Amino acid sequence: MTLDRANREKLVRALAGTVIEHADELTSLDQAIGDGDHGLNMKRGFEAVLATLPDLADKSLPEMLKAIGMTLVMKVGGASGPLVGTFFMELGKALPEQPARADLVAATDRAINAVKARGRSEPGQKTLLDVLVPVQAVLANGGDARAIAAEAARAADRTAPMLAIRGRASFLGERSIGHMDPGSRSASLLIGAAVTTLEFEANT
Amino acid sequence: MSSSNSANVGIVIVSHSPKIAEGAADMVRQMVGSAVPLAWTGGDVDGGLGTNVAGILEAIEAAWSPAGVAVLVDLGGAETNSEMAVEMLAEDRRVRVVVCNAPVVEGAVIAATESSGGSSLAAVKRSAEEFYA
Repeated sequence: MTLDRANREKLVRALAGTVIEHADELTSLDQAIGDGDHGLNMKRGFEAVLATLPDLADKSLPEMLKAIGMTLVMKVGGASGPLVGTFFMELGKALPEQPARADLVAATDRAINAVKARGRSEPGQKTLLDVLVPVQAVLANGGDARAIAAEAARAADRTAPMLAIRGRASFLGERSIGHMDPGSRSASLLIGAAVTTLEFEANT
Repeated sequence: MSSSNSANVGIVIVSHSPKIAEGAADMVRQMVGSAVPLAWTGGDVDGGLGTNVAGILEAIEAAWSPAGVAVLVDLGGAETNSEMAVEMLAEDRRVRVVVCNAPVVEGAVIAATESSGGSSLAAVKRSAEEFYA
């Protein structure tokens, strides 16, 4: 995986594109168990990220990820802004300019811990951690882009029967059961877009 | 958004709704007058319901006091965004801002009342959090 400028821009456009394309779906999911703003919030955040191109892609990968994270923190609003923004910022702090898989494993580990701390949450509480943690395990075990994207989609599906413990959905108690967590869905979309764009191969 | 030049602990009110934040600030002013630095923020960056980090940072700045600032929040995103804002402050300020685990309206009024008597940041936070405990 070589991340030249063209690939960095491609990555940003893929991440933003999938969120913007699925904004209505994310909003529908959030209307079921949250406050119905997740699609709009994430779309606003990633539109703001897109607006920082082309300069954004001139930055090194770590600096680019930190800048994306900061834009999301400032623009998304809701709890998702700090959570998703923190994930990007921590990746940026931990990754070298040309990361190997081991670097990604270590960086995602750090970023996941930061998201846990920010949300004071753990996997099993119907949040994006229920996607990030199992996907990271596939990454650590050498899975290829297809395996990682497939696990991301399955992990988001697995949040449907969960009981929400954190976030607005927790107000609904057992009525949160039966609906996919919107934050897990957006996380799976972002992961799918990232690995598909980067096309990295098993054990590289 | 408003403030005063008091050395008492500042109070920041963060709600998803600008109307709630402003209304709570009005109630605080009625209780404590201008004895306490006070600021409020609400709404997302487009003016819809929500909270935003930039607005919270501005409110902390507006209510700044050498005694510190107590932040009162409503629902989840307000708390997460407030904690994010606190982390983005310079370190000497970061240690003098606390996010209170208290109901936003009642907590703001109790916290401001405590602050108006010259109490410490820790005492202001405790009184807001003990209100419903």
